[in-house]
Amino acid sequence: MLETLWNNRIEVIAVVLFAVGLTTLFLHKNLLKKIIGLNIMDTSGYLFLTSLGYIEGRLSPIVSDGNTDPSRYVNPLPAGLVLTGIVVSVSVTAVMLALTLRLYRRYHTLNLDEIYRIVHREQEEEP
Amino acid sequence: MAKKSFRETLREWDEGNFDFTMKTAGIPLPENEDGKEKEGSEWSRTPHLRTAGSEIKAFSKLYPVFAGLLLFAVITFLLLVIVEMPPFNSPDTPANRSEVTWRYIRSGLSETGAVNIVAGVILDYRAFDTLGESHVLFAATVAVMILMLAKREEEEPEEELSILRNDLILQNTAKVLVPFLLMFGAYIILNGHLGPGGGFSGGAVLGGALILYSSAFHPGKLQKILNMKSYRIIVLLALSFYSGMKCYSFFSGANGLETIFGTGTPGAILSAGLILPLNIAVGLVVACTMYGFYAIFTRGRI
Amino acid sequence: MNFCLNFPLFLIVGSLLFSVISSVLPKKAARVLTLFLTLAGALLNLVIAVYCQRTGGSFTYLMGHYPHPWGNELRIGFVEALFSSVFSAVLFLTVVGGRTTLEKRVAREKGQFYYCMCDLVQAALLVLVYTNDLFTGYVFIEICTIASCGILMIRENGRTILAAVRYMIFSLIGSGLFLLGVIFLYAVTGHLLMPNLRESIAALVSGQVYRLPLLASLCLITIGLSIKSGLFPFHIWMADTYGNAIPASSGILSGLISKGYIFFLIKIIFDVFGTEVFYASGIHNVVFALGALGILIGSVSAIRENNILRMSAFSSAAQIGYIFMGLGLSPALGMEAALFHIIAHAVTKPALFLAAGYLSDSMGSAKKFRNLSGAGYVNPAAGVFFSFEAFSMIGLPLTAGFISKYLFGIAAFESTHNKMIPTLLVLAVSTVLNTAYFARTVLRIYSKNKEPGKFMRVAVKEQKNYMVSAAVFTALNILFGVLAYPLIDMLAVGLTVF
Repeated sequence: MLETLWNNRIEVIAVVLFAVGLTTLFLHKNLLKKIIGLNIMDTSGYLFLTSLGYIEGRLSPIVSDGNTDPSRYVNPLPAGLVLTGIVVSVSVTAVMLALTLRLYRRYHTLNLDEIYRIVHREQEEEP
Repeated sequence: MAKKSFRETLREWDEGNFDFTMKTAGIPLPENEDGKEKEGSEWSRTPHLRTAGSEIKAFSKLYPVFAGLLLFAVITFLLLVIVEMPPFNSPDTPANRSEVTWRYIRSGLSETGAVNIVAGVILDYRAFDTLGESHVLFAATVAVMILMLAKREEEEPEEELSILRNDLILQNTAKVLVPFLLMFGAYIILNGHLGPGGGFSGGAVLGGALILYSSAFHPGKLQKILNMKSYRIIVLLALSFYSGMKCYSFFSGANGLETIFGTGTPGAILSAGLILPLNIAVGLVVACTMYGFYAIFTRGRI
Repeated sequence: MNFCLNFPLFLIVGSLLFSVISSVLPKKAARVLTLFLTLAGALLNLVIAVYCQRTGGSFTYLMGHYPHPWGNELRIGFVEALFSSVFSAVLFLTVVGGRTTLEKRVAREKGQFYYCMCDLVQAALLVLVYTNDLFTGYVFIEICTIASCGILMIRENGRTILAAVRYMIFSLIGSGLFLLGVIFLYAVTGHLLMPNLRESIAALVSGQVYRLPLLASLCLITIGLSIKSGLFPFHIWMADTYGNAIPASSGILSGLISKGYIFFLIKIIFDVFGTEVFYASGIHNVVFALGALGILIGSVSAIRENNILRMSAFSSAAQIGYIFMGLGLSPALGMEAALFHIIAHAVTKPALFLAAGYLSDSMGSAKKFRNLSGAGYVNPAAGVFFSFEAFSMIGLPLTAGFISKYLFGIAAFESTHNKMIPTLLVLAVSTVLNTAYFARTVLRIYSKNKEPGKFMRVAVKEQKNYMVSAAVFTALNILFGVLAYPLIDMLAVGLTVF
C-alpha cells in the first residue's frame, strides 16, 4: 500500500492539498483565508488532472515535425481541461474578492462570524 | 422565565412574537451603532468596536478540532481511493491508452489543422467547453461590475495608489517592458495553433502589460484608448464573433455540412480554420477582462 | 434530421450572445431581449418535446464535427425538452412578475446586468439539462453559480452580500467536490462523454475493478450537487439567501437553479452510472435519509420563523428534501415522483415568493408576521395568489402539489427495503407541519389590520405585470394538477429512453 502511495505521490500531494483547501474554505472564519483555501482546492484538482496525463520522457503534444505517433506525446486532454479549469477558478476568485471587499467596506471586518452577528441584529430590527 | 400555557404560546407564535430561536437573547448589542449605517455611507471607514458572542467564542476554541477531524477524514478517504487508482507515469492507464487520446494525437493535425494538439482539442473537438469558459469569465466581469462599479454621480475616488505614481523606476521599467510584453502577448496569441500558447495565456500577458502601464502612469493615459466604451465594444465584438462562429461550426457539424473554413497547410500562420480567429477573440476578451478586474478593483471604473 | 433538433443549439448560443449584448444595452432593451429569449425558450423547447414524444426517441446532437467520445454533444429527448421548456417558462414568468420590485430595489444603472445574468441562467440551465458531457456540465455549473450569485446580490445591501458570500462558499465547495469526482471518473475510464462513461463503468463494475474510485466519484458528485441544491444539512445558506434577495431572485434561485442541479444529478445517475450501479451503491439510502430529515427539519424551521420570506425559504429546503427522498426511493416510481415534484415546485415556489414579496412591499417592506396583519386586504391580488400557492404547497386536490404528494405515496407503497413506512410517516407529518405554517401565514394576512388606513390599498393597475404572471402560474399549477396523468405517462415513457 505504501509503495502504491509512493508511486502515486503526485496524486497523494494533490488530495492532501485538496483536503487542506476544502477544510480552509469550509471552516476558516477569515474571508481572505477562505479564498486562499478555494484556490488551493481548485489548484490541487488541476495538479491531479495534470498528473493523470503525464508520462516521463514523452514530448508535449505539439506535432511540429508531422510525426503523429501517439506513443511519442503525453496526453493532450488533461492539459485542455486544466486550461479551462484555470479560467473558471480565476473568475470565481475575482467574484469572491469583490464580495469580500464590499463586505469589508460595509462591516469593517473580514471575520465571517462577526459579520454574521451584526447582520443577525440588523435582521431582528427590520420590520 | 415563567412557564406559559400552550394556548399562550400558540397565540404568541401566531402573532409572530415568539422567539423560538433564543439566538439574540444572550448576545450583547454592538457597542457602536454604526453597524446599521445607511446604504449610501458604505464607504465610510469608522472602525467600530465588536464584542464576540459566547457561542462564537466556543466555536473558535473548537475550530482546530473540527478542522483537524474534517481534514483527517477527507485525507483518509481520498488516500484510500488513491491506492486503487491507476498508477502514475504509466502509458497503460485508462486515461492514456483511451481511444480519445489516441485519436486526438493521431488525427488532430489533419482534422483541425492545428500543430498544437491542445489548441485543437479546446477550440475544435471540445469547443463548447471553451465557449462556456469564456462566458464564465464574462459572467465574473459582470458580477464584479455589479459589486464594484462606482456610482456615476460620485466624485473620482481618492487615488489609493498615489505613492506609485511618478515613480521613476516603475515608469522607466514600464517604458521598456510594456512594448515587449505587448509583442510577446500578441505572439503567443497568434501562435496558439502552432506552438505552446493560445488566447488565454496570450491574453493574460497582454492584460499584465496593460495593468503595468496603467499602474506606472496616470490611469487617464490608458483610459484615452481603453475606457468603458471601448472595453464594452471590444468584449461585445469578440464574444459575439466567438459565439457566432461557433454556432455556425456546431450547426454545420450537427447537420453534416462542410464548413467553409478549411484546415489550410499545417504549420503556416494562416491555417487551422477557425482556431486562429477564435484565439484572437479569446485573447482580446481575456486581456480586457484582466485589465478590467484591475481597474474596477482599484478605481471602480475602467 | 428534423430541423427542430437544432433549437437547443440556437437557444444556448442565443442566450450566451444575448447576455453579452444585454450588458451594454439600456435596461429596457435588455429586459425585452430577456423576455424574448425566455419565451422563445419555452415555446421552442415545447416543440422539441412534442417532436420527441411523437417519435418516441432521444437524439444526440453534435456540437462540432466529431461524435462521442471525441467531441462535445447534446442529448435531446422528451424529458430534457419538457424540463427546459418548464424552466424557461418559469424564468419568463418570474422576470415578468418581479419587474416592479426589481425596479424599486436595484440601482438604475445596474438594471441591465440583472437581465444579463438572467440570460446566463437560462443558458446554464439549458446546458445542464441537455448536455451529454460531464466537463461541459462542470463549466456551466460555474456559470450558473456566478449568475445566481449575480442575481442574488443585485440588491446591494450588506445582508444580501453576506448571503451571496455564504451561497458562493457552499456552491464552490460543491463544485470543487464535483470536479474531483469528474477527475476520478476520467482517471479510471479515460472518457468524459456520458455514453462512453456509461459503457466503461458497466465494464468496470462487471470486472470488479476500480470499485473504490467509482464509488468515491459517485459520492463526490452526489455530495457536490446536493450541496449546491441545498439538501439537508447543507440547506443553511437558503434562509439568508432567499430571505434577503429580491423576490424574483429568490424565485429563480429556489424554483430553477436548485432544480437545474438536481436534474443534472438525475441525468448523471441515469446516463453515467446507470440506475443499477446507483441503487446498488447504498448512496441512495443516504440520499433518502437526508431527504426525509430535510423535510422534517425544514418544516420545523419554517414553523419557527417569524419572517415570511425566510419561512418560504425553509419550506423550499423541505421541498428539496422531497425530491431527494423520491430519488432515493426507487428508480422508476420514486424517480417519476421526484421529476414531477421538480416541475410542481418550479411552478409553485417562484409564484409564492413573488406573492410574498408583493405582500411585504404593500405593507411598507414588512417581512415579520406581526407587521403583516391584513396584508391580504391591502393587496388583494397578492393575497389570493399567495393563498393558492400555499394550498398547492400543502397539497390540496386540483393543485400540482397534490399530485406530487400522491405520487410519493404510490412510490412508497411500491418500494421495498423497509422504506415504505418511513416515507408515509414523513409525508403525513410534513403535510401536517406544512399546513401549520402555511395556514398560519394565510390566517395572518387575512386577520384584522391593527392600523387600518395606514397602507393604501394597492390597485390592480399598479401591478399589471404581476397579475398576469401570477395568473399564468396559477393556471399552470392547475393544469399540472388536473391533467397530470398524461404527463406522468409521458414522463414514464421518456425515462426509458433517458
